[in-house]
Amino acid sequence: MKGNVRKIAIFGATSAMARGAARRFASEKAEFVLVARSAEKLDAVKADLLAFGAARAETVLCDLSDVAAQAAALDAVWNALGEVDAVLVAYGSLPDQKACEADTALAMREFANNGSSAIALCNEIGKRLEAQGRGCLAVISSVAADRGRESNYLYGSAKAALATFVDGMAVRLSKKGIRVIDVKPGLVSSPMTAHLKQGPLFASSDKVGAGIAKAIADGKTEGTLYLPGIWALIMFVVRHVPYFVFKKTRF
Amino acid sequence: MTVCSWGKYPKVEAAAVQHLAWRHEKIDFDPATSFLAHGMGRSYGDSCLNEGGTLLMTRGLDRFVSFDPETGDLRVEAGVTLEEILRFALPRGYFLPASPGTCHVTVGGAIANDVHGKNHHVAGTFGCVTDEFTLLRSSGEILRCSRTENAGLFRATIGGLGLTGLILDAKIRLRRVRGPFLNVKTIQFGSLREFLQLSKELGTKYEYSVSWVDGTAHGAQLGRGLFMAGNHSDLTVEERKEPFVPKLVFPCEAPEWLLNRATIRAFNELYWRKTVGRAVEGVQHYVPFFYPLDAIENWNRMYGKRGFFQYQCVLPFGDGEEACAELLRRISAYGKGTFLSVLKTFGDVESPGMLSFPRKGITLALDFANEGKETLDFLSMLDGVVAEAGGALYPAKDARMDEAMFARSCPRLAEFVKYKDPLFSSSLWRRLGEPNFGKGA
Repeated sequence: MKGNVRKIAIFGATSAMARGAARRFASEKAEFVLVARSAEKLDAVKADLLAFGAARAETVLCDLSDVAAQAAALDAVWNALGEVDAVLVAYGSLPDQKACEADTALAMREFANNGSSAIALCNEIGKRLEAQGRGCLAVISSVAADRGRESNYLYGSAKAALATFVDGMAVRLSKKGIRVIDVKPGLVSSPMTAHLKQGPLFASSDKVGAGIAKAIADGKTEGTLYLPGIWALIMFVVRHVPYFVFKKTRF
Repeated sequence: MTVCSWGKYPKVEAAAVQHLAWRHEKIDFDPATSFLAHGMGRSYGDSCLNEGGTLLMTRGLDRFVSFDPETGDLRVEAGVTLEEILRFALPRGYFLPASPGTCHVTVGGAIANDVHGKNHHVAGTFGCVTDEFTLLRSSGEILRCSRTENAGLFRATIGGLGLTGLILDAKIRLRRVRGPFLNVKTIQFGSLREFLQLSKELGTKYEYSVSWVDGTAHGAQLGRGLFMAGNHSDLTVEERKEPFVPKLVFPCEAPEWLLNRATIRAFNELYWRKTVGRAVEGVQHYVPFFYPLDAIENWNRMYGKRGFFQYQCVLPFGDGEEACAELLRRISAYGKGTFLSVLKTFGDVESPGMLSFPRKGITLALDFANEGKETLDFLSMLDGVVAEAGGALYPAKDARMDEAMFARSCPRLAEFVKYKDPLFSSSLWRRLGEPNFGKGA
């Protein structure tokens, strides 16, 4: 099933969810280019994918929150793979909401990291996929994009900008035979959330990664994808809770 | 933060919990506190707890490092679980070379407790199939340990209860299999003597064996049980469909009256009757054969808030056989040993660890709900029987033995302490008096 996705680029390859998705393709002997900031982390992920059976894994160092640095990474990816079957954009951070309220410059940096820099990257990837005339782009946004919550609305607003952008791009590129998926994971246990209390709604990053791989490989999923699927229902309710009720909730 | 182990006793406060995510990340080893790795928390007692100290949570170290499809050599980070290895290995024609009764343990934990499984009489412990690991010491040193390199530290760390430092990654040898199935035979036995005879007769014919013993039977039925043996089957998933294994969750902590003499006896009676006739043969999937209890998530909640003790001892063949019968007599008279009672014989394969528990003889394991002093007194009495017969207790399952019993169970303790990391400690280690054999404080 995943056999037709052979060449994969991952931006933010050290994300736990990205690794979960990548392992599924690695088992089918796919080729990878992995992009992230830290050489040591990239090496660990590369070794993991090779152990799982990847035919090849190249690494590219890039701080993707720096839009000016993205072009070189994009060139490196396409030079290494020629044509790319699937691109996964998975980088981001979970900012400290309170610190962002106090420090506007920090808030804008976090917004750029999770939102605007990812939009810039997706715009460029969109162009390249369009030029290829084929391919699939999956972008990890978040359920936090669906409604501003007291505890993380800076993060939520950045992911909302990204999600809306990706949704629109999905419609545009769908007509050209290119699939774009806006992945909205719910609560995921990963190094990014290890410090939070993990309730029953937390899904493992491996499970969510498997869901992403399945959607990329099925040849038909596009647009918004909640993972695990129950979050489509949860967020439908959350979006429709009237403000005066929402205001009293604590989450 | 309150942390407890699988036995839910004791519950202790760790001063700090640090989640590790990358092998190369620096850990600030503050000499003012103590450190201990904590994986899945599946040890039963306090060997994975560090009251007042720092727990280094290893579950985030879950990457595979290398795999050779030709030889089955696998290197993984210490937080990878045996379940993850099985899911990886089976489609590639491999299986775990040694596994305990749950697959929800990390590789680091499997080494630190030198766990054993149903094939101990053939393959030995988990340490026996571990070729090498990387150990981070609180000095910041990263040491490669194997049978030839840092060999002392290698043998101290295997079964070393996490006290020699933090295991970062390890290399193990997987075992080839064709598929996930086993040919299984279940045979009733009426006494301990019959059990030993079956172990001797079938041990050479079957790679895996384990027995359930009825901890409530008495009189003529004392020592009755079921001997379960298995070999890997040649059936592949193409030839036989994998069964659907339902996942049940024990939803909440059970009320404490649920487990009483009557319900325990009834369960044992039912389990005994499970095997109709004296012997049954069939094909079984590996999950129910190796991990029957993993089918019920959080089964430890059955014992309620108070938690439970698991008592596992090993007794030498010969003199220990009568002691084993004596233990069963006392357990049956007490009437509160629950139904998860396990008998197995350990074979000749020597455990590499200085503190490793498995050694040649008969091992008996069973659970007791924690009813405070009454339970503790009863278990101390069992200790007396075990000690007299020259037996030993399993530290990974212990929350209550005394220093003398610990010293008896770990005759190479004096050699071990030379390799202990000065900043690593655990609730168990302090409870047992931090033996240092004049090594200085």
